[in-house]
Amino acid sequence: MSMNTQGRPTAPAAVSTPVIDTVSGSRGLLQREDLLFEIGTPETTGVDLPTPRGLKDRLGGVKRKADTGLAGLSEPQAVRHYMRLSQKNYAIDLGLFPLGSCTMKHNPRLNEKMARLPGFADIHPLQPQATVQGALELIDELATWLKTLTGMPSVAMSPKAGAHGELCGMLAIRQALIARGEGESRKRVLVPESAHGTNPATAVQCGFIVDEIKADKRGRVDMADLKSKLARTDDIAGIMLTNPNTCGLFETDIKDIADLIHAAGGYFYCDGANFNAIVGRVRPGDLGVDAMHINLHKTFSTPHGGGGPGSGPTVFSEALAPFAPVPFVIKDEDSFFRLVEQTEGAAKDSFGRMVAFHGQMGMFVRALTYMLSHGADGLKQVAEDAVLNANYIQARLKHVMTPAFEGFCMHEALFSDAFTADGIETIDIAKALIDEGYHPMTMYFPLVVHGAMLIEPTETESKAELDRFCDALESIARRAAQGDETLKGAPYLAPAKRLDETRAARKPVLKWTAPLPEQIAAE
Amino acid sequence: MTIYYTKDHEWIRVEGDTGTVGITSYAAGQLGDVVYVELPETGAKFARGDDFAVVESVKAASDVYAPVSGSVLEVNSALSEAPEKVNDAAEGDAWFVRVKLTDSGELSGLMDEAAYSAYCEGL
Amino acid sequence: MRYLPLTPEDRASMLATIGAKSAEDFYTDVPKSARLKAKIAGLPDHQGELAVERHMMKLAAKNRSASSGPFFVGAGAYKHHVPASVDMIIQRSEFLTTYTPYQPEIAQGTLQTLFEFQTQVSALTAMDVANASMYDGSTACAEAAVMAARVTKRRKVILSGGLHPHYAAATRLLCEAQGLTVMQLPVAIDGEGELGKSVDGETACVIGQSPNVFGTVTDLTSVAKSAHEKGALLVSVFTEAVSLGLVMPPGEMGADIAAGEGQSIGNGLNFGGPYVGLFACREKLVRQMPGRLCGETVDADGHRGFVLTLSTREQHIRRDKATSNICTNSGLCALAFTAHMTLLGGKGLKQLAELNHEAACELADTLGAMKGVEVLTPRFFNEFAIRTPVDAEAVLAMLDEAGVVGGVRASRLYPRDHLGDVILVAATECTTPDDIAAYAAALKEII
Ligand SMILES: Cc1ncc(COP(=O)(O)O)c(C=O)c1O
Repeated sequence: MSMNTQGRPTAPAAVSTPVIDTVSGSRGLLQREDLLFEIGTPETTGVDLPTPRGLKDRLGGVKRKADTGLAGLSEPQAVRHYMRLSQKNYAIDLGLFPLGSCTMKHNPRLNEKMARLPGFADIHPLQPQATVQGALELIDELATWLKTLTGMPSVAMSPKAGAHGELCGMLAIRQALIARGEGESRKRVLVPESAHGTNPATAVQCGFIVDEIKADKRGRVDMADLKSKLARTDDIAGIMLTNPNTCGLFETDIKDIADLIHAAGGYFYCDGANFNAIVGRVRPGDLGVDAMHINLHKTFSTPHGGGGPGSGPTVFSEALAPFAPVPFVIKDEDSFFRLVEQTEGAAKDSFGRMVAFHGQMGMFVRALTYMLSHGADGLKQVAEDAVLNANYIQARLKHVMTPAFEGFCMHEALFSDAFTADGIETIDIAKALIDEGYHPMTMYFPLVVHGAMLIEPTETESKAELDRFCDALESIARRAAQGDETLKGAPYLAPAKRLDETRAARKPVLKWTAPLPEQIAAE
Repeated sequence: MTIYYTKDHEWIRVEGDTGTVGITSYAAGQLGDVVYVELPETGAKFARGDDFAVVESVKAASDVYAPVSGSVLEVNSALSEAPEKVNDAAEGDAWFVRVKLTDSGELSGLMDEAAYSAYCEGL
Repeated sequence: MRYLPLTPEDRASMLATIGAKSAEDFYTDVPKSARLKAKIAGLPDHQGELAVERHMMKLAAKNRSASSGPFFVGAGAYKHHVPASVDMIIQRSEFLTTYTPYQPEIAQGTLQTLFEFQTQVSALTAMDVANASMYDGSTACAEAAVMAARVTKRRKVILSGGLHPHYAAATRLLCEAQGLTVMQLPVAIDGEGELGKSVDGETACVIGQSPNVFGTVTDLTSVAKSAHEKGALLVSVFTEAVSLGLVMPPGEMGADIAAGEGQSIGNGLNFGGPYVGLFACREKLVRQMPGRLCGETVDADGHRGFVLTLSTREQHIRRDKATSNICTNSGLCALAFTAHMTLLGGKGLKQLAELNHEAACELADTLGAMKGVEVLTPRFFNEFAIRTPVDAEAVLAMLDEAGVVGGVRASRLYPRDHLGDVILVAATECTTPDDIAAYAAALKEII
């Protein structure tokens, strides 16, 4: 035979896994990565710029004294730095992301491709309007979709996110009250205690006073409490109500609530964060809503980007439309799309300008791309599948976990921690999900449910994914019910263990500082 | 020298017309790890029930209400450097402010130690 | 419907598990009169990728992109080159398709980049601490004003005559809604230095901008001094982040809060958004800051890690007493900023700033040498105002015909201030000598 001396094992040997502490600090595919300031130097650069010619400057002496000292990296180092860091993140593209209230649905890549067309990505907000007719037409087209889907006559496109949309809506209400001569007298805004924190925060940012209304046993607005809060009406500015609400339920008395508020002389602001549950099936305009923001980064699939950017166009009823902010786009008779930028003419009653330019164009492109992809027929199916998926999760888990309320839910399933053994908390269940390969659900929100666990699967999950998730959560829930103490150390398999938030808050370290020479010497 | 308690879990130790105010150990336990205490300025005046300080854990911020009306004589500035003291010694070293009482008659509306423990038992 | 994985069989079996007959059952809480039977009328049905792409490309084709010819528009948004790797980094699914890092064990990637972002922004502005971003420069400016009012417990805000008018409008709106008084100083090309004179004992803050909307750079040190003497704060605003590589930053002038636009670093023009608001302040004011903050800590094994911290300032905990209502911010744009800043490094940033400045100097020399054209901005970084002998709108229209996007007419920003013959002109590292020559040649034809 011809002897091959290169033989080596090609099947694993029977060795039990030792505890491995690596020298490099990396663990297999998960690379250790220090802060960029510890890797780079201020002299290093990953761009090749021409050398300045050394002209005499025209800064009149207003020059920077100390250099930034910021470290740079060469391109390969920089790409690796961020690539390695990216590996420590969970993402929708990796798996189900059941964060209630956040609508973490699939972000189509076509959206990204379209948003990068130079005709959208490389145009300046103050270019002559004749050179951006396609952009203005796109804004107008998206506005038409939003108005049609909500059944509302007007929409402000400039708000930068959901909370900014809330600000837009509440400023319009403020302006309408001023126009009625009641700006000073009507300051009270009713906000359910189950509301998202941005609602009370926004009301106060606009100079209103928040008056909380209770939830009833069914997780809806307590009508008796609402009526008692409306015993006095002459100071009522309006109500901020989420629908479907933050418990994942449709407010059954929504029309009565709208009527009561209107009869009291107030306006109805609807937080539209949960529009995904009803898009294409129910129009807020048919429910008596006066203003509602739409999170394009939830319902209309624009990516969350690790915390933003978002986009929060805000629709208005006839009553509030005149007070909407500038700028907005109108189509002239000769089909020229024109920006109204000043509070005069068509915008003479506008409350003003909220932000520098025209809103989140990059998000508009993505959202319209998504809408065109789904169409009116597809969007209706989106809502149905989102609600079906949530109810499926509720049905599969209601025997091991405690549903917060009876009956079907809308697009998210809400559980309380009533089923857990003493000493096991919602956070322990959430962290155990990480070990199973999932992002946790929203926890401890809404505040009206003890140890709340809010699960929103969205419509972009298959049945197989849902089953796998339910199997995992079911087993964790059983362990929680039995008081399995090991849950308290979870996650064990994540890139990091539980972090010390107390320490971070007591002695905040909010930026990197170069170690002192003594410290370096000591190492 | 007597110690009085409120239903909102503040305590006040009174000597003559001055009082030392803090939050109770029970409250500190409920808050979890205290990470920050915001105190008023010396000389500040407040009425009974006004919020005069804020005590924060990582996930909550709670207003602290004045058990009686008065003006601030001294604040415990050590708490800004070491908020964890509130967890260790809520009813001792971790007092918040010393006040000059406006109306010692207000004290009659407060609980004594026995009444306060009974109140906490019931929560 | 390519984004919907459920099959009809899945739906039927899931309904059976749930014990519902059809999806209708889930909507019984909706008032009958509001339940739509059919799909919403007036909108098209679903379309495949190809059809959607065609539609969008048709719209895109109706716009003139900044890279397609000589381009001199600035005034709050700037045409810079963004390295290819920056876009690759922000398109990584792990950054693009993740949420706010509320679960730090599986979000160390986002959190570490935020920590790096905060470090870079504080160094760039020469301030103690920076937050994890605001929506944009204008909203950052508005938040700075109301923060100053909270810090000083005063109710008057003074805006310089060179503050970008959109920033001034956004700031006025938020301040007035909160019952603050806003004093707007008259429009001035070179008036920032005068800001200190209007401070009184009621003033919460003065807001100055450098470079200002006319491009003027100003040392605000004496303004800071006047403000501090009266117990007020200085808010120092910028719209061109690249300028801080060369121009005196807020921290070196004694600013208490720095608020600005970070678009120039890492982010494209995008017709005005999304952008990234930069917000920094002195350490002792940190608890009054709006927005998210990322901080360093350790995990249960003692390894360094990062978390969102000091959250009791924020709406999700403090609700009606929060320092701001902001929730979603500009995360991914902040990442783009950080990645670009990392590629530049301190030295690269300075060099980039010098290139911008030199391009603007050259442009100013060329245009200023033309008969009838006057450069109005005395000291500038990469943009300045010119006065033309002909109405600015007509000039820009004619330049446009020659393929040159010549700037922003000041009257678009200031319709009531008689600035009809003023144009704001910007140059960056993207501006070539040919571009400048083209501008001059076209302008010569007009005047
Ligand atoms: C119910 C609800 N309202 C408002 C908001 C705020 O939206 P944004 O984060 O876009 O400002 C959210 C987002 O988390 C939400 O869930």
